[in-house]
Amino acid sequence: MTGGPVVLGIETSCDETGVGIVRGSTLLANVIASSMDEHARYGGVVPEVAARAHLEAMNPALTAALAEAGIGLDEVDAIAVTSGPGLAGALMVGVGAAKALAVATGKPLYAVNHLVGHVGADVLAAESLEYPTIALLVSGGHTSLLLVRDLVDDVELLGETIDDAAGEAFDKVARVLGLPYPGGPQIDRAAIGGDPAAIRFPRGLMQAKDLEKHRYDFSFSGLKTAVARWVERADDAGEEIPVADVAASFREAVVDVLLTKAFRACADYGIPRLLLGGGVVANARVREAAAERAAAQGVTLRIPPLSLCTDNGAMIAALGAQLIQAGHAPSDLGFGADSTLPVTQIQMR
Amino acid sequence: MFLAIDTSAGTSVAVADGEMVLAERSTEDTMRHAEVIGEMIAGVLDDAGVPASRIQAVVAGMGPGPFTGLRVGIAAARAFAWGIDRPVVSVVSHDAVALEEWSAGARGPLLVVTDARRREVYWSSYDLVDDAPMRSDGPALCKPDEVPYPEFDRIDATQISAGALARVALLHRQRGMAEEYGEPLYLRSPDVTMPGPRKRVTP
Ligand SMILES: [Zn+2]
Repeated sequence: MTGGPVVLGIETSCDETGVGIVRGSTLLANVIASSMDEHARYGGVVPEVAARAHLEAMNPALTAALAEAGIGLDEVDAIAVTSGPGLAGALMVGVGAAKALAVATGKPLYAVNHLVGHVGADVLAAESLEYPTIALLVSGGHTSLLLVRDLVDDVELLGETIDDAAGEAFDKVARVLGLPYPGGPQIDRAAIGGDPAAIRFPRGLMQAKDLEKHRYDFSFSGLKTAVARWVERADDAGEEIPVADVAASFREAVVDVLLTKAFRACADYGIPRLLLGGGVVANARVREAAAERAAAQGVTLRIPPLSLCTDNGAMIAALGAQLIQAGHAPSDLGFGADSTLPVTQIQMR
Repeated sequence: MFLAIDTSAGTSVAVADGEMVLAERSTEDTMRHAEVIGEMIAGVLDDAGVPASRIQAVVAGMGPGPFTGLRVGIAAARAFAWGIDRPVVSVVSHDAVALEEWSAGARGPLLVVTDARRREVYWSSYDLVDDAPMRSDGPALCKPDEVPYPEFDRIDATQISAGALARVALLHRQRGMAEEYGEPLYLRSPDVTMPGPRKRVTP
């Protein structure tokens, strides 16, 4: 096993069917089939549409991943699969496929946590991450702040969204502005030339009274409503909507909350390292503002390449490989899909 | 040598060698398909004493059946077949029930009915002639009081036998019958609501 175990990872927690292959901490293949276009008509991910798409995309993605890696299935040492958290029906497609593949090939199977997988993606970068680290994972499905002391042994949830995921807020505000789904890239484009300080939108759970109970939690529902109310008021008054300013100001509010809490965690725990993950990392302003604050606060910032930040199978394979290298035993075949799997459960037994 | 998998009702898995079912495991639990599928596949291979490499095709019950569970079995059948580089043979799950009735000596018109949840049922009608059971209508979905062919003998099945499913695949192969459905028989569109005009947040 020069270079570590070859692991094939399967990810179906939301709307991307991901199959990735790694050798230890080296990326060999990262195939992603997305059903996003099918959801665009509905303005958001429809779980049943996503699950149907996973079933049809799975075998082609498996075949494409082996081809991309340039290896045969016999060279794969183990299989890893996302068993949660995520959409239950979608997760079950990956779990069913992975179990059958493991039995068919006699290879060990590792059922792993999707959120910890996002952190695991970083081991595929040229330099490996130092622990402990704070990790901020933001997408259409989750907004979570983690304290990772050890990737395979010790991950703690510091906070998460108490209502909408940040990605959902982008989708909903895009709709208010008459922009299509998915909202993230649309808001990013609309914000070009806009003034991020033009409108002071509310920052959720940032007041002193929230710091006790929700120090690291997020809330975007109030922000979303505030934007809608602002646009409606302007509309009613017959004013032209300054779309660039609204988009930039909204985005600034989201970025401000996300980063303030993440960097606060770095300071509170004395951990000068922050890892970003999840699809929202595609947002240019998130990356830019994170780099500024990291420089100012003396924090080392890690952002894996975008193809490893959005949901993918390679991060699941990478986490699987780390578990194997740490001597963890494979999962028993009896695990299920757990849509609310806590981050403390890195692997299902 | 076939491995057959059906999760259109409970979960049923079997290994069959020609007409002979070497091993079969089934559960009527309709809530734990993803949990049990791996152990059941490993279990029947073990019971039959057959290594995965000796399986020549994987028979998949394509439903009709409730979405979430149905997909677990099809995903498993396809992935297993991919893993051993063998084909998938897709079979209508109700055909397995009809074959069992026919094998037990039943002849004449037959209606197979299974639960579709949400106060609906799936049905298929068959003509059990001396040669073989032939599907005459369906599979389709309807309300329980709208099931057609009331004059037919009716079987309300709560479980599909994977062993019978394997025998259906063999029968179809022997008779040179083409596969009808390569895709899952959901028979229902996903529940989606097209976004209407956005609702105001201010009155
Ligand atoms: Zn994710």
